[in-house]
Amino acid sequence: MKMIIVGCGKIGASIISSLVGEGNDVVAVDSSPSVIEEIGNVYDVMCVCGNGADTETLEEAGVSKADLFVAVTSSDELNMLACFVAERMGAKHTIARIRNPEYNDKSLDFLSKQLKLTVSLNPEWMSAKELFNILKMPAAVNIESFSGGNLEMVELRLKQQSLLDGLSLIELRRKYKAQYLICAVQRGDEVYIPDGNFVLKSGDKIGITASGSEIQKLFKMLGLDQKSAKSVMILGASRTAYYLAKRLLNSGNRVIVIDKDERVCRSFAEELPDAVVICGDGTQQELLLEEGLGSVDAFVALTGMDELNILISIFAVSQNVPKVISKVNRNELAIMADKLGLDCIVSPKRTISYVLARYARALNNSQSSNSIETLYKLMDESVEALEFNVSKDFKGLKTPLKDMRLKPNIIIAGIVRGRKAIIPGGMDEIQAGDRVVVIASGNQVIDLDDILE
Amino acid sequence: MNRKMVFYMFGRIGQIAALLLLLPAVVAIIYGEYKQLWAFLITAALAVAAGTLISLVCRTKNKVIYAKEGFAIVTVAWICMSVVGALPFTLSGEIPSYIDAIFETVSGFTTTGASILRDVEAMSYSMLFWRSFTHWIGGMGVLVFVMAIVSNMTDRSIHLMRAEMPGPTVGKLVPRGRDTAKILYLIYIVMTFAQILMLWVGDMNLFESVIHTFGSAGTGGFGIKADSVASYSPYSQNVIATFMLLFGINFNLYFLLIIRRPKPVFRSTELWVYLGIVAASVAIITANIYPDQQSLADSLRLAYFQASSIITTSGFSTADFNLWPSLSKSILLLLMCFGGCAGSTAGGLKISRVVILFKQILRELKRMLHPRSVSSVKFEGKPLDDQTASSVAIYFAFYAIGIMAVFLVICFEPFGFETNLTAAITTFNNVGPGFGAVGPCGGFADYSGFSKIIFSFAMLLGRLEIFPLIIALSPSTWRKNR
Repeated sequence: MKMIIVGCGKIGASIISSLVGEGNDVVAVDSSPSVIEEIGNVYDVMCVCGNGADTETLEEAGVSKADLFVAVTSSDELNMLACFVAERMGAKHTIARIRNPEYNDKSLDFLSKQLKLTVSLNPEWMSAKELFNILKMPAAVNIESFSGGNLEMVELRLKQQSLLDGLSLIELRRKYKAQYLICAVQRGDEVYIPDGNFVLKSGDKIGITASGSEIQKLFKMLGLDQKSAKSVMILGASRTAYYLAKRLLNSGNRVIVIDKDERVCRSFAEELPDAVVICGDGTQQELLLEEGLGSVDAFVALTGMDELNILISIFAVSQNVPKVISKVNRNELAIMADKLGLDCIVSPKRTISYVLARYARALNNSQSSNSIETLYKLMDESVEALEFNVSKDFKGLKTPLKDMRLKPNIIIAGIVRGRKAIIPGGMDEIQAGDRVVVIASGNQVIDLDDILE
Repeated sequence: MNRKMVFYMFGRIGQIAALLLLLPAVVAIIYGEYKQLWAFLITAALAVAAGTLISLVCRTKNKVIYAKEGFAIVTVAWICMSVVGALPFTLSGEIPSYIDAIFETVSGFTTTGASILRDVEAMSYSMLFWRSFTHWIGGMGVLVFVMAIVSNMTDRSIHLMRAEMPGPTVGKLVPRGRDTAKILYLIYIVMTFAQILMLWVGDMNLFESVIHTFGSAGTGGFGIKADSVASYSPYSQNVIATFMLLFGINFNLYFLLIIRRPKPVFRSTELWVYLGIVAASVAIITANIYPDQQSLADSLRLAYFQASSIITTSGFSTADFNLWPSLSKSILLLLMCFGGCAGSTAGGLKISRVVILFKQILRELKRMLHPRSVSSVKFEGKPLDDQTASSVAIYFAFYAIGIMAVFLVICFEPFGFETNLTAAITTFNNVGPGFGAVGPCGGFADYSGFSKIIFSFAMLLGRLEIFPLIIALSPSTWRKNR
């Protein structure tokens, strides 16, 4: 598949990395020669230096044969214009990053339709949604939902003296009776797709699929905190903070936002009058304590600097804040933060690259009738969770799962039939019209048929 | 420095060398030259054994290569290819001295075409084939070939291409490095077959057509006769001259033609300057040598052949231009230094660098007249960034220093000023013949072993465009904690 990425900043580079990794032919476009040179050095892509909305530049990039055109420059307007021009010049699908809240209301539909955008991306909004989900279930490290929320995938870190320590999965199932499946385990740098004899240890990061209510039940049995965070302190009045605060306030939570910039604080307070907006230096521990860091349910660090987010989050952990989340964009820092004990990290860059990876893969399997609905990467990106719509052409229809010959390191973690989530056992069958969640490690699954031997 | 990766690639190159040696082995079977066949097979076996061993020992998960590793891999690969490629000559006894064999092989891979053979016509068919085949491989590049056939090199492979492909800037034709390498080789192969066919319908037999095609495709210039191609028909000579010119053009332009985007091709400054220089030199040389020739057509044919042979740094000849008037000789010497276009198989300074240098000189003069003037140098319709402009100037400085250094080192040889200087220039620019004793009818056979090694080094410097070799050979590159 031929893809063109306009704008090679943080987001652009991570999209390029993920699309090249998926095996696509990628052309990178940026107006800065030094940026484009660096991209050309690091990734196996063709580089074009120029304005992404300029027809000559786009022609040089080969836009007329592009299957996917993605505009992620820092300017919303340029992204829209570039997508518009690209669509007119023959690009099949166009994706624009539009993150200004003013465009992201009713006008978005109108704009998308008029510009014939396939989809518009708003990384900040997506991160806010992710953060909101985690704050609803603070015991989890990460939550992803499939099939419109009918099935959820929860990542959980087993604390010291966890009830699960030393249990094999078979014993676990006997002891805690609920509809769930442990589908992936990360121990140190290794990731396992566990079978029934796998024994859990404290310190493991496990991935569980279950429906929302079953997860609540399981958490209750495990004695994990299941109350959602009621009061949240947010550091940095960024766009993500705005979207998050808005959601939190709408569902009746208390929000404290701290930012240094007075102008930013003022406009934030105007937009969201219910939030408590503090203008001050969030790096001063005294200020954080004064504003009640010790008594909030959750602390979220959302400043533009990864390092600052990590450091302040470590301080928050030391103050026994029950839930601490930090935004870390750079991958290598995220891994370090994990080692420093910050297990809950969100990265807008990563989120958006998953979305693009899913689009790319959906384009690659466009001949197939089993369409990809969702794609997440778990456990430091070494495991993929994919949701497929099952068509009547799927080769494994009407075979009990125990008789289905799957490739190694692949499991079927959930089936959604209608609105009902089924955690599959050996006797279950996949039917046409189902949605199936597949967990795969080390394989690239493009089509549902790929999971079969 | 990711040394393991460098040595891993070194091992893989050994395997590739073995693979390439099988082709002349087939030729040896066809002509029933069994002694030569053994030489090729033993060398191939050694190369494959050593290569496999090294690549197994140095297998590493960390396949990341940066600019430094790119330079090192290319240098190591070329030296490895030359050392292995020289073995069959010595093993078969056709070139008894290993140093001579190294010179001949380096001259082959770097598409120079300078020879130490006193009597080419005494060589066996398979050895002549191997000698010319090295031109063909070296023309487009060993690493580009590896990239085209080895699948597991993806990210950062641009460093390899950049280190091996000639010219001030290296761009990709298509998003993937591997596909780019494949396309380049495809164009190369198609053009090669076209030339073989066109020579074959003339007065050459298949073997001669193949040999001369390899020589012109790589812009190398190894022939099979003592008088190069002078004894073939004017038709064959014109075909060779034209194809040499074609192989001296940037291959990216052919790709643009294939994908039907002719506009940038016709607007290419480099192409027009290249053709202009050829046309002007042909005109001047024709007029200059006309008094000694029988007809205008003859002198035109001779001028056309020599000019295109020298500017593309091939080094075939149809006349002993050593005996020509000094105006013609001076022009040929100038053409040696200019070389062909960037991104072609030709050597020399490259036309694009010459153009950029001249534009910079003009800008500098303007700046002296109007110290506050602001101006930008444009090349191929785009403003040239300072980085490229200064690297071209630095390259030119290194290039001049390199030629001077080679000239100084070999000045003890008893051949006189003209011979020594043109020998340095001709090896550094990968041309082949010079003037005086190293002219089209002479050779490098009488130089001492030491000088032959220096020349081999000069040819590698010229082919890899100086920097990779210097960087790879400086100890600080290999030191551990850098």
